[in-house]
Amino acid sequence: MIKISNLSKAFDGTKVLDNIDIEIKKGEIVAIIGPSGTGKSTLLRCLNFLETPDTGDFTVGELKINVQTIKAAQITQLRKQFAFVFQNYALFANLNARDNIAEALQTVYKQDKQGAHSKAMQILKDIGLENKALSFPSQLSGGQQQRIGIGRAMAYPSQAILFDEPTSALDPQWVDEVLGLIKKLANQQQTMLIVTHEMEFARDVADRIIFMSEGRIVEQGSPEQLFTNPKDPRTQQFLARATKNQTR
Amino acid sequence: MSGFDFNYMFSLFPILFKYLGTTLEMAFIGLFFALGLALVLSIFRVFKIWGFNQFAVVFISFFRGTPLLVQLFLLYYGLPQVFPVLIGIDAFTASIIGLSLHFSAYMAESIRAAIDAVSKNQWEASFAVGMTRMQALRRIVLPQAFRIALPSLMNYFIDMIKSTSLAFTLGVTEIMAKAQMEAASSFRFFEAFLAVALIYWAMVAVFTHVQTYMEKRLAKAY
Ligand SMILES: Nc1ncnc2c1ncn2[C@@H]1O[C@H](COP(=O)(O)OP(=O)(O)OP(=O)(O)O)[C@@H](O)[C@H]1O
Ligand SMILES: [Mg+2]
Repeated sequence: MIKISNLSKAFDGTKVLDNIDIEIKKGEIVAIIGPSGTGKSTLLRCLNFLETPDTGDFTVGELKINVQTIKAAQITQLRKQFAFVFQNYALFANLNARDNIAEALQTVYKQDKQGAHSKAMQILKDIGLENKALSFPSQLSGGQQQRIGIGRAMAYPSQAILFDEPTSALDPQWVDEVLGLIKKLANQQQTMLIVTHEMEFARDVADRIIFMSEGRIVEQGSPEQLFTNPKDPRTQQFLARATKNQTR
Repeated sequence: MSGFDFNYMFSLFPILFKYLGTTLEMAFIGLFFALGLALVLSIFRVFKIWGFNQFAVVFISFFRGTPLLVQLFLLYYGLPQVFPVLIGIDAFTASIIGLSLHFSAYMAESIRAAIDAVSKNQWEASFAVGMTRMQALRRIVLPQAFRIALPSLMNYFIDMIKSTSLAFTLGVTEIMAKAQMEAASSFRFFEAFLAVALIYWAMVAVFTHVQTYMEKRLAKAY
């Protein structure tokens, strides 16, 4: 239901993504791991055109696009198919927690204020932040902000939620509450593509792990297979280092 | 004709106050149009809309690069010679147009700078939830930019209040013109111009208070 082929992207002549192919089934949870500077963030950002890819064909739900012939209206369509959770939360600074979640429902999905607010309150209840509905992002902890970031991504129907290292900007004490929330979504069969450095978490929650290096998918498979029996030497080396450094 | 005549100066206040309305009208109508135009210009600049962006650059450069007095003369005495449709324009309207154009150029630059100062991730988050550029600007970025731009916009407004005195050179009877007339008939220039200076000073003091209050309110908001 999500099929990306031949996705490439260069910055100033340097190839950052080199012919990436990815397929994600409905309800599947895919984790992307790999060394720093490998293009993981760029991959997610290309999926919803926060970066413009150089080549690629996307099939996302009903939507089929080619990146070279895509029109502005289709970019908006595509973005509605993906929800995005940012590393640095990127909550709307001028809106309180409730309105951060309700905003897209009103502006993009044209729901009335009352309906949008009650949906937002429902989500706040789900993520355990009902009592922070009227707080602004600057008044919330990192963990609370990221949970609202996830709540914002849950507010409207998308084909998949894309997470770009959702916990790596957090102080250690807030990591678990955010990972816990993502796990909860995983149990609800929410389709997700998660870039993460949390190996244990990836192993625990993902149906499939993709290992990327230098703009390419080097190896992918079930967590079991990839973590216990990696085939490519680059994967082996990365995992050896990552698991050694894992502090938690 | 020597010494300082307090009584004369105080007797001028009620006379000048009658023309305060004209001054404030020019300032507020000018503010309204200057802000509107500044917003449009800054959007041309921020979205780099081809053709409009270049127009905005030249417009802003011209109106910041030439004296307001020259712009007013050009508009009121010059343009009607070339474009006869403008012959009927009255001095009051011409002054407002001149003030609006002049200050819109400054305000556009401060709005644009404020938009640039809003974190890039606010645009990205807006796009990610499916908003268009215009929706992102209106709902998320401009409200934040406005807060950043407010102090400098208020400073331009205060500057604009003082600049309405130049309308006197086009023949608008506002407080400066009235002070000049009174001085010319009594020959008490010092008292007359001191009176008008005190009125401007008081007005600016009031708006400076408003500015401080608004900045405090906005700072508290989020
Ligand atoms: N806007 C940009 N302009 C130029 N180069 C960029 C830009 N964004 C990313 N890059 C480069 O592209 C490469 C891939 O970056 P990317 O952020 O996708 O890596 P990553 O795998 O997410 O790394 P990390 O694990 O550190 O987050 C890096 O070399 C980076 O410097
Ligand atoms: Mg990254």
